Amino acid sequence: MTGTLPKIRIRDLHKSFGSKKVLDGINLDVMPGTSFVIIGGSGSGKSVLLRCILGLITPDAGSIEIDGEDMLTASPRRQDALRGKIGMLFQNGALFDSLPVWENVTFGLLALKRLNRKDARGHAGSILAQVGLDPSVGELYPSELSGGMQKRVGLARAIAAQPDILFFDEPTTGLDPIMGAVIDGLIVDCVKKLGSTAIAITHDMASAQRIGDDAAMLYKGQLIWHGPASSLMDSGNAMVDQFTHGRREGPITMELRR
Amino acid sequence: MLLDLVAKLGRTTLGLIRAAGSLTLFALSGLSHIFRPPFYGRVFLSTFLETGFFSLPVVALTALFSGGVIALQSYTGFAQYHVQSAIAGIVVLAVTRELGPVLAGLMVAGRVGAAMAAEIGTMRVTDQVDALTTLSTNPMKYLVAPRLLAGIIALPLLVLVADVLGVAGGFTVSVVKLGFSPHAYITSTLNSVKVIDVTVGLVKAALFGFLIALMGCYYGYNSKGGAEGVGTATTSAVVAASILLLAFDYLLTDLFFSQ
Repeated sequence: MTGTLPKIRIRDLHKSFGSKKVLDGINLDVMPGTSFVIIGGSGSGKSVLLRCILGLITPDAGSIEIDGEDMLTASPRRQDALRGKIGMLFQNGALFDSLPVWENVTFGLLALKRLNRKDARGHAGSILAQVGLDPSVGELYPSELSGGMQKRVGLARAIAAQPDILFFDEPTTGLDPIMGAVIDGLIVDCVKKLGSTAIAITHDMASAQRIGDDAAMLYKGQLIWHGPASSLMDSGNAMVDQFTHGRREGPITMELRR
Repeated sequence: MLLDLVAKLGRTTLGLIRAAGSLTLFALSGLSHIFRPPFYGRVFLSTFLETGFFSLPVVALTALFSGGVIALQSYTGFAQYHVQSAIAGIVVLAVTRELGPVLAGLMVAGRVGAAMAAEIGTMRVTDQVDALTTLSTNPMKYLVAPRLLAGIIALPLLVLVADVLGVAGGFTVSVVKLGFSPHAYITSTLNSVKVIDVTVGLVKAALFGFLIALMGCYYGYNSKGGAEGVGTATTSAVVAASILLLAFDYLLTDLFFSQ
């Protein structure tokens, strides 16, 4: 809008699995420094969209640009470099079971050889402190942590390399409301501190409003609404309003009943 | 009706070709990453210990008892023709050429192949494999290549141990139970075995180690659908590795030992 290049630019993105169309012509611009929230029901294509941007799934058609560079036509080496700009918090944490927490947190830094193993343990402690965990947690294994702690460690791992872009896949799923609010607060703090651009996908309306500057709703593979996250509960779009207020009656339910 | 049958046959054939192609590409990709940096020494070392060192007891016991059983069974048959002196040769050839590699391979397939499929399968269904990619780490390089290399190196070492213990089992039964002279038994063993017998056994073992690790990694890597998918992947990995191992055993035996 101000002439700035979008951090992420998606054009006419399509993806099908067999005969099932999951993404059907997605167009999206995410401006630098904004937190963008995508809401939508289960199976609406939210996770597939994130995975396409990350390069974990190859779309059938369309383009995905990061800082103006097309992720899909870039060489594998460039794709790795572009992916290196992104930190991801997975829905269930996706922590490596066989590694202690400190190694989970610094895994990306060790892989990129930005740190040696000797320094990594201390560095992990400082990152764990940023997400409100005691550095001693670094010596534990993921199976010894509660769900909330696993999410925090996942967040610590996502921000460890100070990425330009952060993705959050259902960051509050499976957490109690208080812990959900704590995680949202940490996400907002981390995004602000790093000056990153963030995309979060969620079902949780409170979380969406806490995290997001902008929001969009994905329904049957299409973005049916786009606006400020603050207007999510009063969007003027019948489908969005039904979804955000959790009403049984409305256009979405009608579709589901068919 | 006939068209349906033809269509089903066609689909099955295409599915098999697709699966063979996918497995071949997976194997080539895994092998190529063994030779290209970065190398994950820690992952290799832990897999190597798991495959080799921690499989020692089960392989050792299997080889020891198998050697003893061959000696005992051979004696029963050979005594009828008064050729008991051939027992030492039979034991050492059976163990080095066939039983050592095949039994060690089957034991490791059940133990390590299953564990590889379960571990990588669990990582797949809990997004840990995707997490590796997002952390600038190629999963083929981190998960698959070190396991393939560990299988290729560890199994021949295990088979060497199995060879020695298999012969020791035959020796023990022959001397203690059947009354052979220890000196005559050892002399007969050394006269019967050739370098090629042991070498081919070790070549077989390296191939079996590769196949076991490949099946464990392939089925684990492609598992889907939570705990049930991981269970299916684990079973498939062991069954496929066992069948391939026996099939390649025949092919290599035919290649090296048929007249």
